[in-house]
Amino acid sequence: MKYVDEFRDPASARRYAEAIAGITTRPWTIMEICGGQTHSIVRHGIDRMLPKGVNLLHGPGCPVCVTPAGIIDAAIALAGRPGVILCSFGDMLRVPGQGGSLLAARARGADVRMVYSPLDALAIARGQPDREIIFLAIGFETTAPTTAMAVLQAECDGIPNFSLLVSHVLVPPAIEALLADHANGIQGFLAAGHVCTVMGYWQYEPIARRYHIPIVVTGFEPLDLLQGLYLCIRQLEAGRAEVENQYSRSVRRDGNCTAQKILGQVFAIQPQHWRGIGEIADSGLGLAPEYARFDALRRFAEIAVPPERSSECISGEILRGLRKPGDCPAFGTHCTPEHPLGATMVSSEGACAAYYRYRRPRAASMAIAMAAGDNSP
Amino acid sequence: MCLAVPGQLLSIEGDDPLARLGRVGFAGIVKRANLAYVPEAKCGDYVLVHAGFAITVIDEAEARKTLAYLAEFEPEDLA
Repeated sequence: MKYVDEFRDPASARRYAEAIAGITTRPWTIMEICGGQTHSIVRHGIDRMLPKGVNLLHGPGCPVCVTPAGIIDAAIALAGRPGVILCSFGDMLRVPGQGGSLLAARARGADVRMVYSPLDALAIARGQPDREIIFLAIGFETTAPTTAMAVLQAECDGIPNFSLLVSHVLVPPAIEALLADHANGIQGFLAAGHVCTVMGYWQYEPIARRYHIPIVVTGFEPLDLLQGLYLCIRQLEAGRAEVENQYSRSVRRDGNCTAQKILGQVFAIQPQHWRGIGEIADSGLGLAPEYARFDALRRFAEIAVPPERSSECISGEILRGLRKPGDCPAFGTHCTPEHPLGATMVSSEGACAAYYRYRRPRAASMAIAMAAGDNSP
Repeated sequence: MCLAVPGQLLSIEGDDPLARLGRVGFAGIVKRANLAYVPEAKCGDYVLVHAGFAITVIDEAEARKTLAYLAEFEPEDLA
């Protein structure tokens, strides 16, 4: 597959590992932001190709993981209203809130549907005008434009039976919150390539200056990640703290201006609760006042988002780079992808789920892959 | 979740800027994608598709530069 296979060449990956070893003179701690990057790093064993002392921390960039449990609880309550069809992405349906998952609600009779795009939910609304279609909208800046377009099309075409439960999150405020917490010792970041495809990377330049930290916008394939790490370590070794763009085939400094314009039209920035982390100022997107009539929580005002209860799970510390999955006594015992205790085990892009799948004895991971119906290459 | 897959734009339907659709080929599989966010995209381009939307046109020259970066290392750069 073009733009995939050539970025997975094993011989080039080994040469990058050698090049990284050649420039590394001391230990460094680098965080990759995005859960897709975490998944790729653990799957391809990139962290194990690095010199001893180069420590990768896995960041909070799995939107399924950080969606508040209360939002899932509210979605389940909405799905239980008469006439409602609740739609969301497949990953989101498996994640338990504080009272089960949307899939469990479907098993009890609620009409819950998995969609590939918010436009698929809108198509259901067009086709079934006698039903109320609610889309549970989650995701980072990469996904928010797809939600925004569904809202715009619903307005343009006057679709009255379509609304949204919105829980979109923004990356830069989360990076700043992580940097304000010195305990994690983060010295460099790999920024998320697809978030920056939409937003560009100019927003990261003041962060790199203020915290004197290198930030390398990085892609998702093994050679992307290795090159991103090479560039980041080269900056660290030289004492530089700049924003560099490894993923230049997709990311431009200004990002996708068409998408940003529509994001600014449909959404307004608001404080956002992150599962396992807590509230971060200005880190969420809610519907702008002009589009508030598409807010499912306004349309069904009797449904409220319950507050998050505390749990024994250490996922909050993992998401902030303070701990790793193996540090948790529940990991792989009473916390598994089938019965997750918290954020980082709930989605395949969570750090705990990636370690569970790729860092356990072969027989166990085969059984999990088969149970999940995995046919990925 | 932020997974986006590269595919080749095979044809374009419609001219409504919000609803312009493309047929995109992914190694033999063809799917439709909304092109509202890539007004510059034309047939034959490779686009990155996320949740039913093309979010960027892939820059072929930049991809080649990224792959060539390693080849420019001198032997003494390597441990």
